[in-house]
Amino acid sequence: MSIEVKNLTHIYSENTAFEKKAVDDMNFKINKGEFVGLIGHTGSGKSTLVQHLNGLLKPSSGNVYIDGEEIHTNKKTLRAARQKVGLVFQYPEHQLFETTVYKDVAFGPKNMKLSEEEIDRRVKTALALVGVSQELFEKSPFELSGGQKRRVAIAGVLAMEPEVLVMDEPMAGLDPKGRDEILSQIKTLHEKLNNTIIIVSHSMEDISKITDRILVLDKGKLKYEGTPREVFKNAYELEKIGLMAPQISYLIKALNERCFEIKDDIYTVDEALEEISKLLLGAGEAND
Amino acid sequence: MKLNVTIGKYYPADSILHRLDPRVKLASTFAFIILLFVANDFWGYLLSGVSIFSVMLLSKIPLKFIFKGLRAVIFIILFTVVFNVFFVHGERVLFEFWIVRVTLEGVFTSIRLASRLVMLVLASSVLTLTTSPLQLTDGIEYGLKPLKKIGVPAHEIAMMMTIALRFIPTLMEEVDKISKAQMARGAEFDTGNIIDKAKAMVPLLVPLFISAFTRAEELAMAMEARCYRGDVGRTRMKVLKYTKSDYISSVLMVAFGSAIILIRVLL
Ligand SMILES: Nc1ncnc2c1ncn2[C@@H]1O[C@H](COP(=O)(O)OP(=O)(O)OP(=O)(O)O)[C@@H](O)[C@H]1O
Ligand SMILES: [Mg+2]
Repeated sequence: MSIEVKNLTHIYSENTAFEKKAVDDMNFKINKGEFVGLIGHTGSGKSTLVQHLNGLLKPSSGNVYIDGEEIHTNKKTLRAARQKVGLVFQYPEHQLFETTVYKDVAFGPKNMKLSEEEIDRRVKTALALVGVSQELFEKSPFELSGGQKRRVAIAGVLAMEPEVLVMDEPMAGLDPKGRDEILSQIKTLHEKLNNTIIIVSHSMEDISKITDRILVLDKGKLKYEGTPREVFKNAYELEKIGLMAPQISYLIKALNERCFEIKDDIYTVDEALEEISKLLLGAGEAND
Repeated sequence: MKLNVTIGKYYPADSILHRLDPRVKLASTFAFIILLFVANDFWGYLLSGVSIFSVMLLSKIPLKFIFKGLRAVIFIILFTVVFNVFFVHGERVLFEFWIVRVTLEGVFTSIRLASRLVMLVLASSVLTLTTSPLQLTDGIEYGLKPLKKIGVPAHEIAMMMTIALRFIPTLMEEVDKISKAQMARGAEFDTGNIIDKAKAMVPLLVPLFISAFTRAEELAMAMEARCYRGDVGRTRMKVLKYTKSDYISSVLMVAFGSAIILIRVLL
């Protein structure tokens, strides 16, 4: 299960005064089982891009391939894409509509025309995966807290058991505790199911903790691509396009500018601690 | 699910027409529409047609974009044409077949009605395309002012229109977003019979209403928090002011109106 994007361009309101190129000639490939972070400043085209991955938007030009098959070939390939690639929208809690949590999560599987037992199994598994307890199943989704709603909405997509899970800013608008919880749940999810996950965010700090690879978007173009380590080397360039590398990358840069020689691809506090103490110890020994 | 509204959409450009005072534009459009019904012969229509066409050229909006507004009423126009061609019976018969009788008078009447409709739509499209919704409601509020004396809440009506207009695009965006989110969960809005389709609307409408109500509540609260209390003692940040081009266009409009009336009376 791989997703490949070739020369993808999307222009909103083409041929009017409101024309806007949101995605500009993008190329990349995401392999099975990868955990990819998609990062970019507000308006850089992240949401537009991910809506192409399951065919909700049609490219102005270029193609999207799932397992080598162009998704807009016909109705069947499009439907297959919708089922293989599950998309959790930005603020997914706004899509809740059913009378109970259980029914809302069952909406997706029902549309797939699965058997009653299968639906039941999937709903329960999905809700368990996002940590929604049994007592809440029969509650109205509108009575839940913001974080709980978010989980239920994510479960609604998980219940379709997509091979690729795409999440648009799953942490947006949650408090720090809620963010960390969702983040670690997504991580556990990836470890358990070993599925392909694409997660959109504009927080480098969050993304770098969990993903294998990062794609950085700027004004609709793919600017950087690589492991968090490779990408954060460009801390200052990232800042120019409105993004912040993890704080610690700045510390290292600043130290290096003052004639220290620390590896410049560090992005976690622990690594930095280790490197700096190594350096200090080394300096101490040299002085002796 | 795609929703597209061209009628009533503002098209930003830098033209004399865009800069005109909304009150002048509103009054002129209103007058033009009434004059369309005063004109009743070839010369009157020719003059109106030439005038509206030059106004369209002045607006610097691609003509294609203005004519798009006609698409919404094309059926009404076609219906009028067909109806009049076949059912208006006059003296000079063009051809007759079974019970169908087409006369010259019928053809003339339908051409007249169709061009009247087309010009009517074009005029109102030019108004809304060159006037931002905010300016438009400002103009309407001003126009309604005299009615305040008999208890018409002019300011409140204008405020409601402003808010409604402001939220149309927001709601459209919302519809787009929610329907996509549900499509991602396998919802299909365009398959099945009428009952299926109506049922399919539930996952769209429930979230839409909820967000609309939340928005309304938040907006009301935000307005109150900023001490909004209706019309009482309210001043404007942008006071409407007539400029030279407003006077010139008013004079042109009066000239146009007199010409139409003269043609009607004299010819
Ligand atoms: N439906 C639309 N119609 C017209 N323009 C749009 C539409 N949706 C997005 N855009 C424009 O396309 C550009 C990219 O938008 P997009 O939503 O993809 O950005 P994003 O990276 O997801 O931003 P954010 O972090 O704020 O969610 C923006 O400039 C936006 O104004
Ligand atoms: Mg977005």
